[in-house]
Amino acid sequence: MNIAVSADKPAPKDYASDQEIRWCPGCGDYAILKAVLKTLAEVEAKPENTVFVSGIGCAARFPYYISTYGFHTIHGRAPAVATGVKLANPDLDVWVVSGDGDALSIGGNHLLHLLRRNVDLQFLLFNNEIYGLTKGQYSPTSRTGTLSPSSPSGSVESPVSGTAFALGAGARFVARAIDTAQAHLLGVLKQAHGHRGASFVEIFQNCLVYNDGVHSAFTDRSVAADMQLLVEHGKPMLFGKERDKGLRLRPETLALEAVKIGEGGVGEEDILVHDQTNRALAGMLAAMQPPAMPVALGVLYRDPAPSYDSAVTARVEAGQERMQKGGISTDLSAIMRAGNTWTVKG
Amino acid sequence: MEGSAALDNERKQRRVLESAVVRFAGDSGDGMQLTGGRFTVETALSGNDLATFPDFPAEIRAPIGTTFGVSAFQINFGGRAIMTSGDRVDVLVAMNPAALKVNLADVAATGLLIVDTGAFSDKNLRKAGYESNPLEGGGLGDRRVIKVDMSQRTLEALKESGLNKKESLRCKNMWALGLAYWMFDRDRGSTIKWLGGKFAKRPELAQGAIAALNAGHAFGETAELSGELSAYNVPAANLAPGLYRNVTGTQAMAWGLIAGTALAGIRMVFCSYPITPASGILHVLAAQKDQGIVTFQAEDEIAAACSAIGASYAGALGITSSSGPGVALKTEALGLAIATELPLVLINTQRAGPSTGLPTKTEQSDLYQAVFGRNADSELVVIAARSPSDCFECAIEAVRLATKYMTPVIVLSDGYIANASEPWALPDVESQPKFPVKFRQDPEGFQPFARDPETLARDWAVPGTPGLEHRIGGLERDAVSGNISYDPSNHQLMTDLRAAKIAGVAKDLPEQDFEDTPREGGVLVVGWGSTFGPINRAVSNLRDGGLAVSHIHLRHIWPLPRNLGDLLRRYDRILVPEMNRGQLVTLLRSEYLVPAESLSKVNGKPFLIAELEAAIRAQLET
Repeated sequence: MNIAVSADKPAPKDYASDQEIRWCPGCGDYAILKAVLKTLAEVEAKPENTVFVSGIGCAARFPYYISTYGFHTIHGRAPAVATGVKLANPDLDVWVVSGDGDALSIGGNHLLHLLRRNVDLQFLLFNNEIYGLTKGQYSPTSRTGTLSPSSPSGSVESPVSGTAFALGAGARFVARAIDTAQAHLLGVLKQAHGHRGASFVEIFQNCLVYNDGVHSAFTDRSVAADMQLLVEHGKPMLFGKERDKGLRLRPETLALEAVKIGEGGVGEEDILVHDQTNRALAGMLAAMQPPAMPVALGVLYRDPAPSYDSAVTARVEAGQERMQKGGISTDLSAIMRAGNTWTVKG
Repeated sequence: MEGSAALDNERKQRRVLESAVVRFAGDSGDGMQLTGGRFTVETALSGNDLATFPDFPAEIRAPIGTTFGVSAFQINFGGRAIMTSGDRVDVLVAMNPAALKVNLADVAATGLLIVDTGAFSDKNLRKAGYESNPLEGGGLGDRRVIKVDMSQRTLEALKESGLNKKESLRCKNMWALGLAYWMFDRDRGSTIKWLGGKFAKRPELAQGAIAALNAGHAFGETAELSGELSAYNVPAANLAPGLYRNVTGTQAMAWGLIAGTALAGIRMVFCSYPITPASGILHVLAAQKDQGIVTFQAEDEIAAACSAIGASYAGALGITSSSGPGVALKTEALGLAIATELPLVLINTQRAGPSTGLPTKTEQSDLYQAVFGRNADSELVVIAARSPSDCFECAIEAVRLATKYMTPVIVLSDGYIANASEPWALPDVESQPKFPVKFRQDPEGFQPFARDPETLARDWAVPGTPGLEHRIGGLERDAVSGNISYDPSNHQLMTDLRAAKIAGVAKDLPEQDFEDTPREGGVLVVGWGSTFGPINRAVSNLRDGGLAVSHIHLRHIWPLPRNLGDLLRRYDRILVPEMNRGQLVTLLRSEYLVPAESLSKVNGKPFLIAELEAAIRAQLET
């Protein structure tokens, strides 16, 4: 069950547990698991210091398939459990794995606070726009009109965007990727792992059984080049098979538009360069939807700030240092004796 | 010489009382809690035993002058052991008509009323719902009334203070306090010093408050000369030797958690969400970062419980705290801690319910919730504190049991215990037995759910330990490997093991004892929690009268003490007074098939000694 770490560079399989995987054949989760195992190997994660925390749902089974420490908790509450883990031991490398129902419906409140507090961990949102484990009901990311057992004539709700939510909550690292785009996903996961603070990654994941092809408008091989914009910090935001399309800012409407180089007087110099520290730009990138615009993938926003757990630890350590210096009354006996006391003589 | 002779002379004139009950009552903004708190400190320093009962509204500043905005602080103090905050008020200080109206019924028939006539305006009388001034007509019974315009006298005393009228009037609680100090021969020194410190940045306010305090005191001296007012002397109580302080249940609970985690040698991560009347524990602990304590104000009750579980998983002791409605929200998380067999301490400072109920009023109606209130067969340990200082020991015991048995432990306190105070002989924490936690280190033969044969507790294997990597979760797990298991016989086994583990805690508990030598026959009174004081006093009063009454008071609610059934079966008549509709009584009847009967009270106030005595007498006569 437990792996022995050799002196050699670890391999992805070293991080796989001996448990039989219970996802449906063809589930996008397999691809994500593969990319995460690869990420762990590439960053040479210490198994004993790595913890996977999850809530409830198909995605939440993830920890059972990783050979590090793992905690499969309760629905929506993984961010809260993970926060407690980091408060007890900030040195642990924590990943939270969640689905769209777990993270944005029952656990929306916890995710909000995890991100605004900037707890140092990686948060992976597997978004397949459907409830899988409860057999196919519409989810908070399902598009209006989604047909499901609980919305037989089409859902009338408006969906939430995970990425826009994360930006709104004050996340300092917000990225997007596609389950089957392994190389890109691996790159994003490694950047998320390298970021100190809460790293939010929305992974567009396909549910073969209940919502097959829900992301095909931008994930299908036939449209991928034109409907995916892979952003990189400091590089012009180009896309299309010929990489002759790009994003331009319309100053008069403060909106992004997709343009083609060479058409309408557009030159390469007109194409916006991605600045991952620009929150306003990240918001606009997150809002782009096919078919009018490509879907922005990669690290949309990254602007590090001190993490919550490091700030709390610093406070506690500063307090203990004061105590050791003896400047203030400290141990419990002293606390209990502070204020008014009196002695009764025998 | 002359001076000290005069002092002796004055002392001699004071009427000696065995004990007295004083209640300060006024508007929420009148500073009655502070006034009562200072009176308590001086009373403690003068060597009395005491018990206090702060009683305040849920609203922070309800409209001035209304009955629902009345805040009161009661103290019972004496030269004998004080068990309750007192059945009847001997002296009521009423700062306005609403305070008089709300509190009058609790004042003894021969009691003394001291009222601020300056606040008895037509407008205030109307707001309190008085059609005519009660100070002028009858309606106050035979009670003596001292009518004094405290507002005006405070203004006069502060004429030269440089404070404006509004600020000056805010000192009238100190005027009332000064008068109370004179009546009961209290020293003003430490309060004067305290005021200087409290208002260090505004010395003129400190001077004003001190001037008001002195003016109230001087009024007493003058009034005595005219025969209006009597002075009293309540001699020091015969307390056991030791270093004492006053302690509230909130303080004692927080300090007990600090002591418990220190004795366990483990870091505390205290995760809570503000709720009345439980927030105080968070406040006390948040100020103790230099003790290595991490406090976390979570986004909600659920997150507070879940983050505490996460902390325990990662090798600290996660502790969470709330009151009934908040505990309801933590229920699912408790199930997770039970299923994954992680230590967790939950402090429930109970309040009157259901739902939001009466947030600032006390009740002990969460016993069912603590013992039974979860889905599925999900047992945990439940402990109840009997008094403010008892919270200290209960908190230590909760930490000990949670870490030893890898289980959640619920500690039941209540709004009365949390806010009430009593003198407490400070324990020597250093000399208490330690119970260091043991984290699994050895990978050899490690199985996440292998159990200690004696305690049935699994190993605590903490992330960060090489070679012990494993997965846990809420899905049913194999009884040894911890891997997901849907095997029917495994679920039966795990359910049985979880129950047996908690039942086995009883072997680790002291046998139940009577509070005093039991008397055979007659009535056995069984209580738990904060009813200890009134039950104990009622029982000892009846025993002094030669009646066959015995008292058992439970700390351990679940599992129950292993000899409890034998003790109960010695009695034909068992009375269980509770501030709920009869919850412990149900538990005792179902566990032991004994004819226990309930005495229920749910008006948001503790039992009176007299009403308990009457109920016990009625039992004796059946």
